[in-house]
Amino acid sequence: MQTKQWDARSIASKLLPGAFFLPHLIIFFTFFIFPFFYGIVISTYNWNLFNPDLREFVGLDNFRRILIDSDSIYYRYFWNGLRNTFTFVVLSVPPLVITPFLLASLMNVEPKGYKVFRAIFYLPNLFSIATLVLIWRWVLNTNVGILNLTLAHVGIDNIPWLSQQPFAWVALVMMTVWWTIGGNMIIFTASLKEVPEHLYEASDIEGANTWQKMIYITLPSIRNQLIYITIMTTIASFNVFGQPQLATQGGPEESTTVLMMYIRNIAFGGGRPNPGVATAMAIVLGVIMIIISVVQVKIIKRMGD
Amino acid sequence: MALKAVERRKKRVSFILLSIFSVVWIVPILWVISTSFKTENEAVSGGLNLIPREFTLASYRYLLQDEQHNIFMYVWNSFRAAGLHTILYLVVASMAAYAYGILRFKGRDKMFWLLVSTMMIPVVMNLVPLYAIMIRFEWLNSLQALVVPGLGGIFGIFLLRQFNLGIPDDIIDSAKIDGANHFQIYWKLVLPLTKPALVVVALFAFMANWNEYLWPLIVLNDATYRTLPVGLALMQGTYNVYYSRLMAATVVSMIPVLFLFMGAQRFFIKGITMTGMKN
Repeated sequence: MQTKQWDARSIASKLLPGAFFLPHLIIFFTFFIFPFFYGIVISTYNWNLFNPDLREFVGLDNFRRILIDSDSIYYRYFWNGLRNTFTFVVLSVPPLVITPFLLASLMNVEPKGYKVFRAIFYLPNLFSIATLVLIWRWVLNTNVGILNLTLAHVGIDNIPWLSQQPFAWVALVMMTVWWTIGGNMIIFTASLKEVPEHLYEASDIEGANTWQKMIYITLPSIRNQLIYITIMTTIASFNVFGQPQLATQGGPEESTTVLMMYIRNIAFGGGRPNPGVATAMAIVLGVIMIIISVVQVKIIKRMGD
Repeated sequence: MALKAVERRKKRVSFILLSIFSVVWIVPILWVISTSFKTENEAVSGGLNLIPREFTLASYRYLLQDEQHNIFMYVWNSFRAAGLHTILYLVVASMAAYAYGILRFKGRDKMFWLLVSTMMIPVVMNLVPLYAIMIRFEWLNSLQALVVPGLGGIFGIFLLRQFNLGIPDDIIDSAKIDGANHFQIYWKLVLPLTKPALVVVALFAFMANWNEYLWPLIVLNDATYRTLPVGLALMQGTYNVYYSRLMAATVVSMIPVLFLFMGAQRFFIKGITMTGMKN
């Protein structure tokens, strides 16, 4: 009796952790791990999502079509999309990191009402992409938007913000900065508070100027947060979809049609959807994102040494 | 004394610069609110006035009776999906965090870090296969499609586990000695102790689901469960040139979030600080 009871208890205690983590783990496997491998399978097929019997194994042909077959329409979509996504990343990441750093530095001296400022800068972060774009399409309206009306007072007329380059990129970056810097700003604010005061005092005695203090004290002290912010911001920018889809519809002339838009259109759009090709594109994009994150960590770490 | 004067000047300069920046941040919102109370004629007249010359609620009245796009329905749909998702995620994540943070079993930490390392995998890679799964499950145009897949998220578990690790072993042990089993310890001891973290996780789960755009756009193709971001994007197409109506809809879409922010601002800030500073 004694041993049997002990056995039951020991079995129960072995199963106990599972009772707590399994609900999550099952969902995680079903909707994250399984799709990850399933995606690799899909990318090797000419796939029909609604009629899986019609699928045809094509091996790596989908990758060949998007990467090297310059006769394929998907080749053009992929490279144009990738170029546009890269353009957005390159244009958006610096202001998305520098602007919140500046704001956090200003806030770090704790001027009057800095908490109100912090709330104002963070607020747009909570808007959905659709709200964001509706606000900015109206602000940027060519004829009656508040920005062009204001610019008209200084003699700049009717800038077609959303329908002509390079304005379209400026507009997309501008609204993204307005939308998302709040989070980075709060992280910077918190990390600036942690920089030991005595480092600045020592540098004052040695006669360092503001610029030198930033390079030699502030930036090395917040290195971990800087890495985190740069990587998270880069990943977010690679995922850009809603701003160009809703604000410029990918125009003018597909110059802002980013890769996510092509992926979505090819997988789910009208005409002849081709999920296999779309998934192949998504996998390539995903691999690029992972490589770039790793490289960024390496570079920033080395810069500090 | 001189140092204090420098300090004061710094504060003044920073106040002025921040004021200038915050005007840029606040004016677009005021401009939208102002347009929503203007007549359509005034909205497109090219005036820079933020106070409407002729104050009207016509645009809001139009929203109330628009049969094609019921924005209040969209708000409700979003609220229902995000609310349900949040409640379920709190349960699932807090239980998992109990396993990875409080319980002791072989391979616990290895398993957890393996889980965390999958956060490196970009979500875009899962888009099409996840859609294929929705077809298999017959979940297209369903509430489940909006609520369930995101429950696998690691982020909340990571945060809650961090808190659980901070709970002293003594507290857990003495509860055991008092005869409590793990389900009781989880429910009566750990959950109350980690309430601030739970609030943060709830807020972020809610906001992420509320603002999701691409996923509901793909899995919903009729109005039954249509969420606010998707509905609003469609209204942009149909309201086309009726800017005052479009701006009224925009204002309606901002209101729930504004209230949430006013009520929970410090939790948002705490949450972001926690995640950003942990690394």
